[in-house]
Amino acid sequence: MEEFSFANQLFQYLITGLTVGSVYAMVAIGFNIIYNVTEIINLAQGEFVMLGGLIMVFLHAVAGLPLILAFPITVILVTLVGMLLDRLAIRPIRQPSVLTLIIATIAASIIIKGTAMFIWGKDPFDLPAFSGRTPINFLGAVIQPQYFWVIGFLIVTVILLTLFFEKTIIGKAMSACADNPDAASLMGINVKWMILLSFSLSAAIGAVAGITVTPISLMEYDRGAMLAIKGFGAVVLGGLGSFPGAILGGLILGTIESFGAGLISSGYKDAFALIVLLAVLFFRPSGLLGSVEISKIKRF
Amino acid sequence: MRMKKLLIVATCFLFIGIVVGPALAADTYKVGAVFSVTGRASFLGDPEKKTALMVADEINKAGGINGKKLELIIYDDEGDATKSTLAVKKLINQDKVCAILGPSLSGLSIAVVPIAQQSEIPLVSAAASYKIVTDEKTGKQYKWVFKVPQSDSMAAEAIYSHMKKEGITKIAIITGTTGFGKSGRSELLRLAPQYGITILADESYGPRDTDMTAQLTKIKGVAPQAIVNWSIGPTQVTVLRNYRDLGMTNIVFYQSHGFGSKKNIELAAGAAEGVYTPLGACATPDALPANHPQKKVAVEYNKNYTGKYNEPVSTFGGHAWDALNLVVDALKAVGCDRAKIRDYLENKKGFAGQHGVFNFSANDHNGLVWQDAFNMIVVKNGDWAMAD
Repeated sequence: MEEFSFANQLFQYLITGLTVGSVYAMVAIGFNIIYNVTEIINLAQGEFVMLGGLIMVFLHAVAGLPLILAFPITVILVTLVGMLLDRLAIRPIRQPSVLTLIIATIAASIIIKGTAMFIWGKDPFDLPAFSGRTPINFLGAVIQPQYFWVIGFLIVTVILLTLFFEKTIIGKAMSACADNPDAASLMGINVKWMILLSFSLSAAIGAVAGITVTPISLMEYDRGAMLAIKGFGAVVLGGLGSFPGAILGGLILGTIESFGAGLISSGYKDAFALIVLLAVLFFRPSGLLGSVEISKIKRF
Repeated sequence: MRMKKLLIVATCFLFIGIVVGPALAADTYKVGAVFSVTGRASFLGDPEKKTALMVADEINKAGGINGKKLELIIYDDEGDATKSTLAVKKLINQDKVCAILGPSLSGLSIAVVPIAQQSEIPLVSAAASYKIVTDEKTGKQYKWVFKVPQSDSMAAEAIYSHMKKEGITKIAIITGTTGFGKSGRSELLRLAPQYGITILADESYGPRDTDMTAQLTKIKGVAPQAIVNWSIGPTQVTVLRNYRDLGMTNIVFYQSHGFGSKKNIELAAGAAEGVYTPLGACATPDALPANHPQKKVAVEYNKNYTGKYNEPVSTFGGHAWDALNLVVDALKAVGCDRAKIRDYLENKKGFAGQHGVFNFSANDHNGLVWQDAFNMIVVKNGDWAMAD
């Protein structure tokens, strides 16, 4: 066996942590988009990831569509599910309080999970890696090519979202809804459409996360809940509603898990992440990059 | 008035029940079963129920047991201890069955042991823990309780014996944090000194984890001769894939008996090649040599099950096969007499089932030793093959 030094190990932990963290970050961004517009914590966010993975498996591995075609179709299909979630579960509720809406998303997540179990069964599914499975050796660490895809898609998502929110009218309108929905609707912004759009966007990002992570971790019908919890942890760590916070939170969470498992004990991997989360909340209740002023005017 | 009418109707039904019930029962043998068909452990209960129904169907088509029909009453406990206890009580008091199969889960089986003991009814559990049949205080076997699955310690012994033969002494273990993984971990740690094996690293992972590279990196750092991976579900495959990607294939890899589905070889996408795993006969019917005592039953069960349900056999279904066929065997010999069934089962020898050749005795209500219960299997060309 070739030399496998401690420094190499550390680098390996870092790469693994960043990859897993990127997935958490994408889930976290999805949470934030919906939260910013509606103040709802969408607990069905993890199901978008699961659906993204499973639909992609169906289109690419079973139906045989090429990657370049299956990818956008999957994202579109999951986006439709996101829209349906808004239309069927969120909008029909009369006199919604934020809590009722959150409970509605829990119900929706159970329904989506159950439907997925009926369609795909309980077995896990595999997806071929986008650019082969030959690992790359770099600084003594072994890197799967798929890692680059996961991290790459996080970067692309972040760039596109920044452009969307900063440079387009719709994006600015969405930010306005987040700021003050009543004033926004007085300005002629259709708040209901913005909510629909926020659900579509989160669903699309969830789908991207699911598609890119499936070649690494496989995907089955009940994977969503765990990813949602981890993603939510990342959101709280980074600060509810803050996009840079979500990314930072996700990456930190993933890296802590990886280093914790490698250097201390893998049995307490999840505990390390939670301890850091609690510690941060103790000293900065609004999260790393969250703003106290904003969190005061929010209802949840 | 209405109340009175209701009362009369109710009384009538009661009488019909009393008169007709025994009359019907006279030409059937009732066997009860409690499986976790839905809920968290449905991967156990679903194939168990399907298997039990199929076996009962086959028996009845072939003329039943001594001319009497076998009537199988199956309840779903949904993996819930309360429901499982109620179902067992119902089978005893209401359905008045000759014997009970199940429950599917160790925890639930342990919970119903006192009921079976008190009601003096033979119970053949489909769960693995040795605590189901062994009273830990006295070290004796519970009088009325049997179990058919192999204990986890047997799988650990099968793996360690194989290592000893291969000259492996320094290993790393990586286990799931589920009940199955934890039990495996404690058996691996307990038995290691007996086989002269040193455990260099003891890692674990959650049942929904995405990537196990960190744990394997640590293992790679301590350079063991072999790795044992012990869990159920898809994450055990992720471990294998990470192990291959990290370029660790020069380290011998052992999987637990939770690996016994061809689907796992497929999902490993080539990473399972050369992996060792101890499996019961029903998982690998084609790999068994022609003179193997379980060859015939394993091949038949696989053929019939896949033909009927159009899905591959699960090793868990095999436990229901063993439990039901043992009880049927007893019914054939002694009829529906609970005490005689118990005595018959306790003295049953040489019963070739799906998971081993069972030799029960007063000191062993599991009836298995690891040499009979497991074959060491190696993955070769994407299929199971005997390791020796």
